[in-house]
Amino acid sequence: MQGIRNFLKTFLLWELLQGLWVTWKGLWAPKVTLNYPEEKTPQSNRFRGLHALRRYPNGEERCIACKLCEAVCPALAITIESDVSADGTRRTTRYDIDLFKCIFCGFCEEACPVDAIVETRLHEYHMENRGENIMSKDKLLGIGERYEAMIAADRAADARYR
Amino acid sequence: MWEWSPLRDWVSGIITPYWTYPFLLIVQTLIVVTCLILTMAFYTLAERKVIGWIQARRGPNRIGGLLIPGLAQPFADVVKLMFKEIIIPADANGFLFRLAPFLALVPSLAIWAVIPFAPEHAFANIDAGLLYILAMTSMGVYGVILAGWAANSKYAFLGAMRSAAQIVAYEIAMGFAMVGVLMAAGSLNVGEIIRAQQGLFGWNWTWLFPMLMVYFISGVAETNRAPFDVAEGESEIVAGFHVDYSGMAFALFFIAEYVNMILISALTVIFFFGGWLSPFDGWLPADSWLAAPGFFWFGLKTLVPMFSFLWLRATFPRYRYDQIMRLGWKALIPVTLVWLLVEGFMVYFQVGPWKGHL
Repeated sequence: MQGIRNFLKTFLLWELLQGLWVTWKGLWAPKVTLNYPEEKTPQSNRFRGLHALRRYPNGEERCIACKLCEAVCPALAITIESDVSADGTRRTTRYDIDLFKCIFCGFCEEACPVDAIVETRLHEYHMENRGENIMSKDKLLGIGERYEAMIAADRAADARYR
Repeated sequence: MWEWSPLRDWVSGIITPYWTYPFLLIVQTLIVVTCLILTMAFYTLAERKVIGWIQARRGPNRIGGLLIPGLAQPFADVVKLMFKEIIIPADANGFLFRLAPFLALVPSLAIWAVIPFAPEHAFANIDAGLLYILAMTSMGVYGVILAGWAANSKYAFLGAMRSAAQIVAYEIAMGFAMVGVLMAAGSLNVGEIIRAQQGLFGWNWTWLFPMLMVYFISGVAETNRAPFDVAEGESEIVAGFHVDYSGMAFALFFIAEYVNMILISALTVIFFFGGWLSPFDGWLPADSWLAAPGFFWFGLKTLVPMFSFLWLRATFPRYRYDQIMRLGWKALIPVTLVWLLVEGFMVYFQVGPWKGHL
Protein backbone atom coordinates (compact mmCIF):
# COMPACT_ATOMS: atom_id res chain seq x y z
CA MET A 1 0.00 0.00 0.00
CA GLN A 2 2.78 2.38 1.01
CA GLY A 3 4.60 1.40 -2.18
CA ILE A 4 1.59 2.29 -4.33
CA ARG A 5 1.16 5.59 -2.56
CA ASN A 6 4.84 6.43 -3.02
CA PHE A 7 4.62 5.51 -6.68
CA LEU A 8 1.60 7.74 -7.20
CA LYS A 9 3.29 10.56 -5.33
CA THR A 10 6.34 10.32 -7.59
CA PHE A 11 4.30 9.87 -10.73
CA LEU A 12 2.01 12.83 -10.10
CA LEU A 13 5.05 15.02 -9.31
CA TRP A 14 3.50 15.78 -5.94
CA GLU A 15 6.69 16.88 -4.20
CA LEU A 16 7.79 18.90 -7.21
CA LEU A 17 4.45 20.75 -7.11
CA GLN A 18 4.97 21.41 -3.40
CA GLY A 19 8.36 22.89 -4.24
CA LEU A 20 6.83 25.07 -6.94
CA TRP A 21 4.26 26.30 -4.43
CA VAL A 22 7.05 27.35 -2.05
CA THR A 23 8.81 29.39 -4.72
CA TRP A 24 5.48 30.84 -5.89
CA LYS A 25 4.94 32.19 -2.38
CA GLY A 26 8.52 33.46 -2.41
CA LEU A 27 7.77 35.43 -5.56
CA TRP A 28 5.40 37.68 -3.62
CA ALA A 29 7.40 37.85 -0.40
CA PRO A 30 8.88 41.23 0.56
CA LYS A 31 12.33 41.82 -0.90
CA VAL A 32 15.07 42.13 1.67
CA THR A 33 17.92 43.47 -0.49
CA LEU A 34 18.91 47.05 0.29
CA ASN A 35 19.37 49.48 -2.58
CA TYR A 36 22.99 49.79 -1.53
CA PRO A 37 24.30 53.23 -2.40
CA GLU A 38 21.01 54.84 -1.41
CA GLU A 39 20.26 52.63 1.57
CA LYS A 40 22.87 51.25 3.93
CA THR A 41 22.84 48.70 6.70
CA PRO A 42 23.38 50.04 10.24
CA GLN A 43 27.03 49.84 11.22
CA SER A 44 28.49 48.86 14.58
CA ASN A 45 30.91 51.24 16.24
CA ARG A 46 33.28 48.27 16.38
CA PHE A 47 33.33 48.02 12.58
CA ARG A 48 36.84 47.24 11.34
CA GLY A 49 37.53 49.08 8.12
CA LEU A 50 40.34 51.24 6.81
CA HIS A 51 43.21 51.93 9.23
CA ALA A 52 44.23 55.27 10.69
CA LEU A 53 47.03 56.59 12.91
CA ARG A 54 45.90 58.98 15.64
CA ARG A 55 47.47 61.99 17.30
CA TYR A 56 47.06 63.37 20.82
CA PRO A 57 44.90 66.49 21.10
CA ASN A 58 48.05 68.61 21.29
CA GLY A 59 49.09 67.28 17.88
CA GLU A 60 51.74 64.89 19.07
CA GLU A 61 51.86 61.51 17.33
CA ARG A 62 50.60 58.71 19.53
CA CYS A 63 52.72 56.00 17.96
CA ILE A 64 55.88 55.23 19.91
CA ALA A 65 57.27 52.61 17.50
CA CYS A 66 56.93 49.75 20.00
CA LYS A 67 56.26 47.42 17.02
CA LEU A 68 53.71 45.35 18.95
CA CYS A 69 51.29 45.67 16.05
CA GLU A 70 53.95 44.50 13.62
CA ALA A 71 54.61 41.52 15.89
CA VAL A 72 50.95 40.58 16.37
CA CYS A 73 49.89 41.01 12.76
CA PRO A 74 48.96 37.51 11.54
CA ALA A 75 49.18 38.51 7.88
CA LEU A 76 52.53 40.31 8.20
CA ALA A 77 50.93 43.35 6.63
CA ILE A 78 52.66 45.97 8.82
CA THR A 79 56.23 47.17 8.28
CA ILE A 80 57.76 49.61 10.78
CA GLU A 81 61.15 51.35 10.91
CA SER A 82 62.03 53.67 13.77
CA ASP A 83 64.61 56.25 14.73
CA VAL A 84 65.21 58.91 17.34
CA SER A 85 63.36 62.05 16.41
CA ALA A 86 64.56 65.64 16.77
CA ASP A 87 63.03 65.99 20.26
CA GLY A 88 64.77 62.84 21.45
CA THR A 89 61.69 60.58 21.47
CA ARG A 90 61.43 57.29 19.62
CA ARG A 91 59.26 57.67 16.51
CA THR A 92 58.51 55.68 13.40
CA THR A 93 60.21 56.76 10.20
CA ARG A 94 58.16 54.31 8.21
CA TYR A 95 54.78 52.80 9.00
CA ASP A 96 53.35 50.83 6.06
CA ILE A 97 50.22 48.68 5.99
CA ASP A 98 49.72 46.57 2.91
CA LEU A 99 45.94 46.49 2.43
CA PHE A 100 46.18 43.48 0.15
CA LYS A 101 47.72 41.47 2.98
CA CYS A 102 45.61 42.89 5.78
CA ILE A 103 42.74 40.66 6.90
CA PHE A 104 41.11 43.36 9.07
CA CYS A 105 41.29 41.22 12.22
CA GLY A 106 41.82 44.23 14.48
CA PHE A 107 44.74 42.68 16.39
CA CYS A 108 46.95 45.74 15.73
CA GLU A 109 44.35 47.93 17.40
CA GLU A 110 44.11 45.52 20.36
CA ALA A 111 47.88 45.34 20.72
CA CYS A 112 48.53 49.06 20.61
CA PRO A 113 49.34 50.42 24.13
CA VAL A 114 48.69 54.06 23.15
CA ASP A 115 45.64 53.63 20.86
CA ALA A 116 47.66 54.94 17.92
CA ILE A 117 46.69 52.52 15.18
CA VAL A 118 42.92 52.11 14.88
CA GLU A 119 40.52 50.70 12.37
CA THR A 120 37.84 53.15 11.28
CA ARG A 121 34.40 52.54 9.88
CA LEU A 122 35.50 53.49 6.37
CA HIS A 123 35.01 50.63 3.97
CA GLU A 124 34.10 52.32 0.70
CA TYR A 125 37.50 52.91 -0.86
CA HIS A 126 39.26 51.63 -3.93
CA MET A 127 42.64 51.61 -5.63
CA GLU A 128 43.28 52.45 -9.24
CA ASN A 129 47.02 51.97 -9.53
CA ARG A 130 49.65 49.54 -8.41
CA GLY A 131 51.18 50.62 -5.11
CA GLU A 132 48.09 52.39 -3.82
CA ASN A 133 47.45 49.36 -1.65
CA ILE A 134 50.37 50.43 0.60
CA MET A 135 49.07 52.75 3.29
CA SER A 136 52.07 54.88 4.22
CA LYS A 137 52.48 56.76 7.48
CA ASP A 138 51.41 60.03 5.86
CA LYS A 139 48.24 58.56 4.49
CA LEU A 140 47.37 56.86 7.78
CA LEU A 141 47.96 60.05 9.77
CA GLY A 142 45.90 61.94 7.22
CA ILE A 143 42.94 59.63 7.67
CA GLY A 144 43.37 59.91 11.43
CA GLU A 145 43.25 63.71 11.29
CA ARG A 146 40.30 63.80 8.99
CA TYR A 147 38.12 61.33 10.89
CA GLU A 148 39.35 62.00 14.45
CA ALA A 149 35.87 62.99 15.63
CA MET A 150 34.34 59.73 14.42
CA ILE A 151 37.22 57.63 15.74
CA ALA A 152 37.11 59.25 19.17
CA ALA A 153 33.32 58.89 19.40
CA ASP A 154 33.49 55.20 18.49
CA ARG A 155 36.22 54.56 21.07
CA ALA A 156 34.25 56.43 23.73
CA ALA A 157 31.10 54.43 22.99
CA ASP A 158 33.01 51.19 23.35
CA ALA A 159 35.14 52.19 26.32
CA ARG A 160 32.96 50.69 29.06
CA TYR A 161 33.08 47.22 27.52
CA ARG A 162 36.87 47.12 27.49
CA MET B 1 3.90 34.78 -46.76
CA TRP B 2 1.52 37.13 -45.05
CA GLU B 3 -1.26 38.61 -47.08
CA TRP B 4 -0.76 42.10 -45.79
CA SER B 5 -2.02 44.03 -48.77
CA PRO B 6 -1.26 47.70 -47.84
CA LEU B 7 2.44 46.92 -47.59
CA ARG B 8 2.35 44.81 -50.75
CA ASP B 9 0.58 47.51 -52.75
CA TRP B 10 2.99 50.14 -51.48
CA VAL B 11 6.05 48.06 -52.31
CA SER B 12 4.85 47.00 -55.77
CA GLY B 13 4.36 50.66 -56.59
CA ILE B 14 8.04 51.35 -55.97
CA ILE B 15 9.84 48.30 -57.32
CA THR B 16 9.03 45.95 -60.17
CA PRO B 17 6.43 43.27 -59.40
CA TYR B 18 9.05 40.59 -60.00
CA TRP B 19 11.00 41.66 -56.92
CA THR B 20 7.98 42.36 -54.71
CA TYR B 21 7.71 38.85 -53.31
CA PRO B 22 11.36 38.38 -52.28
CA PHE B 23 11.51 41.92 -50.95
CA LEU B 24 8.44 41.43 -48.78
CA LEU B 25 9.77 38.11 -47.57
CA ILE B 26 13.03 39.70 -46.46
CA VAL B 27 11.24 42.58 -44.77
CA GLN B 28 8.95 40.23 -42.90
CA THR B 29 11.84 38.00 -41.88
CA LEU B 30 13.67 41.03 -40.52
CA ILE B 31 10.59 42.12 -38.60
CA VAL B 32 10.08 38.69 -37.02
CA VAL B 33 13.76 38.15 -36.21
CA THR B 34 14.06 41.62 -34.69
CA CYS B 35 10.97 41.05 -32.56
CA LEU B 36 12.33 37.67 -31.48
CA ILE B 37 15.71 39.06 -30.50
CA LEU B 38 14.04 41.87 -28.58
CA THR B 39 11.75 39.41 -26.80
CA MET B 40 14.78 37.30 -26.00
CA ALA B 41 16.63 40.33 -24.63
CA PHE B 42 13.81 41.23 -22.28
CA TYR B 43 13.34 37.56 -21.44
CA THR B 44 16.85 37.53 -19.97
CA LEU B 45 15.90 40.55 -17.90
CA ALA B 46 12.66 38.85 -16.84
CA GLU B 47 14.64 35.79 -15.86
CA ARG B 48 16.98 37.74 -13.61
CA LYS B 49 14.07 39.68 -12.14
CA VAL B 50 11.81 36.68 -11.51
CA ILE B 51 14.56 34.53 -10.03
CA GLY B 52 15.62 37.50 -7.94
CA TRP B 53 12.09 37.98 -6.61
CA ILE B 54 11.74 34.31 -5.81
CA GLN B 55 14.98 34.52 -3.83
CA ALA B 56 13.76 37.66 -2.01
CA ARG B 57 16.15 39.85 -4.00
CA ARG B 58 15.33 42.73 -6.32
CA GLY B 59 17.07 41.69 -9.51
CA PRO B 60 18.83 44.18 -11.77
CA ASN B 61 17.54 47.68 -10.99
CA ARG B 62 20.41 50.04 -11.67
CA ILE B 63 19.87 51.18 -15.24
CA GLY B 64 16.71 51.95 -17.12
CA GLY B 65 13.68 54.04 -16.44
CA LEU B 66 12.10 54.91 -13.14
CA LEU B 67 8.97 53.00 -14.15
CA ILE B 68 10.70 49.63 -14.34
CA PRO B 69 14.17 49.83 -12.78
CA GLY B 70 16.64 47.76 -14.77
CA LEU B 71 14.73 47.96 -18.04
CA ALA B 72 17.86 48.81 -20.04
CA GLN B 73 19.92 45.98 -18.53
CA PRO B 74 19.79 43.76 -21.67
CA PHE B 75 21.24 46.57 -23.78
CA ALA B 76 24.03 47.13 -21.28
CA ASP B 77 24.79 43.40 -21.46
CA VAL B 78 24.88 43.52 -25.24
CA VAL B 79 27.26 46.48 -25.24
CA LYS B 80 29.50 44.71 -22.75
CA LEU B 81 29.60 41.53 -24.82
CA MET B 82 30.24 43.45 -28.05
CA PHE B 83 33.38 45.01 -26.63
CA LYS B 84 34.80 41.74 -25.38
CA GLU B 85 37.47 39.94 -27.31
CA ILE B 86 36.49 36.66 -28.96
CA ILE B 87 39.24 34.32 -27.91
CA ILE B 88 39.91 31.24 -30.01
CA PRO B 89 42.00 28.68 -28.12
CA ALA B 90 45.30 27.81 -29.80
CA ASP B 91 44.53 24.10 -30.08
CA ALA B 92 40.92 24.54 -31.12
CA ASN B 93 39.62 23.63 -34.55
CA GLY B 94 39.21 27.18 -35.76
CA PHE B 95 36.67 26.56 -38.51
CA LEU B 96 34.27 24.47 -36.45
CA PHE B 97 34.81 26.71 -33.46
CA ARG B 98 33.60 29.67 -35.49
CA LEU B 99 30.83 27.70 -37.19
CA ALA B 100 29.25 26.18 -34.07
CA PRO B 101 27.49 29.30 -32.71
CA PHE B 102 25.75 29.80 -36.04
CA LEU B 103 24.74 26.13 -36.19
CA ALA B 104 23.14 26.60 -32.79
CA LEU B 105 21.39 29.85 -33.66
CA VAL B 106 20.14 29.28 -37.19
CA PRO B 107 17.82 26.29 -36.53
CA SER B 108 16.27 28.01 -33.52
CA LEU B 109 15.38 30.98 -35.72
CA ALA B 110 14.44 28.88 -38.76
CA ILE B 111 11.67 27.05 -36.91
CA TRP B 112 9.72 30.29 -36.63
CA ALA B 113 9.02 30.04 -40.34
CA VAL B 114 6.16 27.61 -39.71
CA ILE B 115 4.81 29.13 -36.50
CA PRO B 116 1.40 30.74 -37.13
CA PHE B 117 1.35 33.96 -35.12
CA ALA B 118 -2.27 34.61 -35.98
CA PRO B 119 -4.79 32.98 -38.33
CA GLU B 120 -3.19 32.77 -41.81
CA HIS B 121 -0.09 34.57 -40.51
CA ALA B 122 2.76 32.12 -40.93
CA PHE B 123 5.68 32.48 -43.31
CA ALA B 124 5.33 29.02 -44.72
CA ASN B 125 1.98 27.31 -44.40
CA ILE B 126 3.45 23.91 -45.21
CA ASP B 127 1.66 20.62 -44.66
CA ALA B 128 4.70 18.91 -43.10
CA GLY B 129 5.08 21.69 -40.49
CA LEU B 130 5.31 19.31 -37.56
CA LEU B 131 8.02 17.25 -39.24
CA TYR B 132 9.92 20.41 -40.05
CA ILE B 133 9.74 21.46 -36.39
CA LEU B 134 11.01 18.05 -35.25
CA ALA B 135 13.86 18.13 -37.75
CA MET B 136 14.93 21.65 -36.89
CA THR B 137 14.86 21.18 -33.12
CA SER B 138 17.16 18.19 -33.61
CA MET B 139 19.50 20.29 -35.76
CA GLY B 140 20.21 22.63 -32.85
CA VAL B 141 22.19 19.95 -31.05
CA TYR B 142 24.85 19.98 -33.77
CA GLY B 143 25.91 23.44 -32.69
CA VAL B 144 26.30 22.25 -29.12
CA ILE B 145 28.22 19.10 -30.04
CA LEU B 146 30.53 20.87 -32.48
CA ALA B 147 31.18 23.67 -30.00
CA GLY B 148 32.15 21.14 -27.36
CA TRP B 149 34.34 19.19 -29.73
CA ALA B 150 36.03 22.08 -31.53
CA ALA B 151 37.11 23.83 -28.34
CA ASN B 152 39.47 20.94 -27.56
CA SER B 153 38.77 21.14 -23.84
CA LYS B 154 37.63 18.26 -21.68
CA TYR B 155 34.97 20.28 -19.90
CA ALA B 156 33.46 21.42 -23.17
CA PHE B 157 33.66 17.89 -24.53
CA LEU B 158 31.94 16.43 -21.47
CA GLY B 159 29.20 19.02 -21.83
CA ALA B 160 28.74 18.19 -25.49
CA MET B 161 28.54 14.45 -24.83
CA ARG B 162 26.01 14.95 -22.06
CA SER B 163 23.96 17.22 -24.25
CA ALA B 164 23.98 14.72 -27.12
CA ALA B 165 22.85 11.80 -24.97
CA GLN B 166 20.21 13.92 -23.28
CA ILE B 167 18.76 15.23 -26.51
CA VAL B 168 18.62 11.74 -28.04
CA ALA B 169 16.70 10.53 -24.99
CA TYR B 170 14.25 13.40 -24.82
CA GLU B 171 13.73 13.82 -28.55
CA ILE B 172 11.98 10.45 -28.58
CA ALA B 173 9.58 11.35 -25.79
CA MET B 174 8.97 14.72 -27.45
CA GLY B 175 8.31 13.04 -30.79
CA PHE B 176 5.80 10.66 -29.23
CA ALA B 177 4.05 13.56 -27.52
CA MET B 178 3.79 15.24 -30.93
CA VAL B 179 2.36 12.04 -32.36
CA GLY B 180 -0.38 12.34 -29.73
CA VAL B 181 -1.12 15.86 -30.94
CA LEU B 182 -1.05 14.62 -34.50
CA MET B 183 -3.64 11.95 -33.69
CA ALA B 184 -5.88 14.57 -32.12
CA ALA B 185 -5.61 16.99 -35.03
CA GLY B 186 -5.33 14.60 -37.93
CA SER B 187 -2.86 16.88 -39.68
CA LEU B 188 0.82 17.80 -39.67
CA ASN B 189 0.01 21.36 -40.67
CA VAL B 190 0.52 23.63 -37.66
CA GLY B 191 -2.39 25.88 -38.60
CA GLU B 192 -4.66 22.83 -38.94
CA ILE B 193 -3.53 21.59 -35.51
CA ILE B 194 -4.74 24.85 -34.01
CA ARG B 195 -7.98 24.85 -35.97
CA ALA B 196 -8.74 21.32 -34.77
CA GLN B 197 -8.83 22.67 -31.21
CA GLN B 198 -11.76 25.03 -31.75
CA GLY B 199 -14.86 24.86 -29.61
CA LEU B 200 -15.80 24.23 -26.01
CA PHE B 201 -13.09 22.27 -24.17
CA GLY B 202 -11.46 21.79 -27.54
CA TRP B 203 -7.92 22.54 -26.44
CA ASN B 204 -5.77 19.46 -26.43
CA TRP B 205 -4.48 19.77 -22.88
CA THR B 206 -7.58 18.22 -21.32
CA TRP B 207 -7.44 14.94 -23.24
CA LEU B 208 -3.70 14.92 -23.73
CA PHE B 209 -2.67 16.07 -20.26
CA PRO B 210 0.09 13.43 -19.84
CA MET B 211 1.35 14.40 -23.29
CA LEU B 212 1.43 18.04 -22.24
CA MET B 213 3.52 17.22 -19.18
CA VAL B 214 5.87 15.01 -21.19
CA TYR B 215 6.17 17.61 -23.92
CA PHE B 216 6.97 20.45 -21.58
CA ILE B 217 9.45 18.44 -19.51
CA SER B 218 11.17 17.23 -22.68
CA GLY B 219 11.15 20.80 -23.93
CA VAL B 220 12.96 21.97 -20.82
CA ALA B 221 15.49 19.16 -21.25
CA GLU B 222 15.79 19.89 -24.96
CA THR B 223 16.75 23.53 -24.36
CA ASN B 224 19.33 22.51 -21.73
CA ARG B 225 17.58 24.52 -19.05
CA ALA B 226 17.56 23.91 -15.31
CA PRO B 227 16.86 21.38 -13.86
CA PHE B 228 18.23 19.54 -16.90
CA ASP B 229 21.20 21.80 -17.57
CA VAL B 230 23.92 19.20 -17.14
CA ALA B 231 25.34 20.23 -20.52
CA GLU B 232 26.26 23.55 -18.92
CA GLY B 233 26.47 22.40 -15.31
CA GLU B 234 28.50 25.35 -14.07
CA SER B 235 29.19 23.71 -10.71
CA GLU B 236 30.52 20.53 -12.32
CA ILE B 237 32.04 21.33 -15.71
CA VAL B 238 32.44 25.13 -15.51
CA ALA B 239 30.09 26.10 -18.34
CA GLY B 240 29.95 22.93 -20.39
CA PHE B 241 30.05 23.23 -24.13
CA HIS B 242 30.61 27.00 -24.24
CA VAL B 243 33.46 27.28 -21.70
CA ASP B 244 35.89 28.64 -24.27
CA TYR B 245 33.53 31.07 -25.96
CA SER B 246 33.59 34.74 -25.08
CA GLY B 247 32.05 37.95 -26.31
CA MET B 248 29.49 37.81 -29.07
CA ALA B 249 30.34 34.17 -29.90
CA PHE B 250 29.05 33.28 -26.45
CA ALA B 251 26.13 35.64 -26.95
CA LEU B 252 25.06 33.68 -30.03
CA PHE B 253 24.71 30.52 -27.92
CA PHE B 254 22.87 32.56 -25.35
CA ILE B 255 20.46 33.94 -27.94
CA ALA B 256 19.93 30.45 -29.36
CA GLU B 257 19.10 29.05 -25.94
CA TYR B 258 16.59 31.78 -25.13
CA VAL B 259 14.98 31.77 -28.57
CA ASN B 260 14.60 28.02 -28.14
CA MET B 261 12.89 28.58 -24.80
CA ILE B 262 10.45 31.02 -26.39
CA LEU B 263 9.94 28.53 -29.20
CA ILE B 264 9.16 25.62 -26.85
CA SER B 265 6.70 27.89 -25.04
CA ALA B 266 5.05 28.86 -28.32
CA LEU B 267 4.88 25.23 -29.45
CA THR B 268 3.37 24.15 -26.13
CA VAL B 269 0.69 26.79 -26.63
CA ILE B 270 0.11 25.74 -30.24
CA PHE B 271 -0.10 22.01 -29.54
CA PHE B 272 -1.99 22.02 -26.26
CA PHE B 273 -3.53 25.44 -25.60
CA GLY B 274 -5.06 26.32 -28.93
CA GLY B 275 -2.41 28.69 -30.37
CA TRP B 276 -4.08 31.91 -31.46
CA LEU B 277 -7.57 30.74 -30.43
CA SER B 278 -9.30 32.86 -27.82
CA PRO B 279 -9.93 31.23 -24.42
CA PHE B 280 -13.52 32.56 -24.68
CA ASP B 281 -13.99 30.80 -28.00
CA GLY B 282 -17.29 28.90 -27.74
CA TRP B 283 -18.22 30.54 -24.43
CA LEU B 284 -19.05 33.99 -25.75
CA PRO B 285 -20.94 34.69 -28.97
CA ALA B 286 -18.67 34.33 -31.97
CA ASP B 287 -18.93 38.00 -32.98
CA SER B 288 -17.67 39.24 -29.60
CA TRP B 289 -14.17 40.75 -29.80
CA LEU B 290 -13.02 38.66 -26.84
CA ALA B 291 -13.78 35.47 -28.73
CA ALA B 292 -11.88 36.56 -31.83
CA PRO B 293 -8.66 34.65 -32.46
CA GLY B 294 -5.48 36.64 -32.97
CA PHE B 295 -1.87 37.33 -32.11
CA PHE B 296 -2.93 38.87 -28.81
CA TRP B 297 -4.08 35.52 -27.38
CA PHE B 298 -1.10 33.68 -28.82
CA GLY B 299 1.35 36.10 -27.20
CA LEU B 300 -0.51 36.16 -23.91
CA LYS B 301 -0.68 32.38 -23.67
CA THR B 302 2.98 31.99 -24.63
CA LEU B 303 3.99 34.07 -21.61
CA VAL B 304 2.73 31.37 -19.23
CA PRO B 305 5.12 28.57 -20.28
CA MET B 306 7.85 31.18 -20.62
CA PHE B 307 7.33 32.09 -16.99
CA SER B 308 7.28 28.40 -16.06
CA PHE B 309 10.79 28.01 -17.48
CA LEU B 310 12.05 30.63 -15.04
CA TRP B 311 9.95 29.27 -12.22
CA LEU B 312 11.34 25.77 -12.71
CA ARG B 313 14.88 27.10 -12.78
CA ALA B 314 14.39 28.94 -9.51
CA THR B 315 12.79 25.93 -7.84
CA PHE B 316 14.63 22.73 -8.68
CA PRO B 317 18.22 21.65 -8.17
CA ARG B 318 20.01 20.10 -11.14
CA TYR B 319 19.26 16.45 -11.87
CA ARG B 320 22.11 14.02 -11.63
CA TYR B 321 23.10 12.69 -15.04
CA ASP B 322 21.86 9.11 -14.48
CA GLN B 323 18.60 10.49 -13.10
CA ILE B 324 18.08 12.44 -16.29
CA MET B 325 18.61 9.30 -18.34
CA ARG B 326 16.25 7.32 -16.10
CA LEU B 327 13.54 9.98 -16.33
CA GLY B 328 13.85 10.19 -20.08
CA TRP B 329 13.97 6.51 -20.95
CA LYS B 330 12.08 4.87 -18.10
CA ALA B 331 9.41 7.44 -17.23
CA LEU B 332 8.58 9.81 -20.07
CA ILE B 333 8.72 7.38 -23.01
CA PRO B 334 6.53 4.71 -21.32
CA VAL B 335 4.02 7.40 -20.33
CA THR B 336 3.72 8.62 -23.90
CA LEU B 337 3.46 5.05 -25.24
CA VAL B 338 0.67 4.18 -22.81
CA TRP B 339 -1.20 7.37 -23.55
CA LEU B 340 -0.85 6.85 -27.30
CA LEU B 341 -2.57 3.49 -26.76
CA VAL B 342 -5.30 5.12 -24.66
CA GLU B 343 -5.74 7.78 -27.30
CA GLY B 344 -5.92 5.11 -29.96
CA PHE B 345 -8.81 3.47 -28.11
CA MET B 346 -10.49 6.85 -27.65
CA VAL B 347 -10.26 7.48 -31.36
CA TYR B 348 -11.46 3.98 -32.24
CA PHE B 349 -14.46 4.10 -29.91
CA GLN B 350 -15.04 7.77 -30.74
CA VAL B 351 -14.90 9.06 -27.17
CA GLY B 352 -14.66 12.73 -26.26
CA PRO B 353 -13.43 15.08 -28.99
CA TRP B 354 -13.24 12.25 -31.51
CA LYS B 355 -17.03 11.89 -31.52
CA GLY B 356 -18.07 11.66 -35.15
CA HIS B 357 -14.60 10.99 -36.50
CA LEU B 358 -13.78 8.10 -38.86
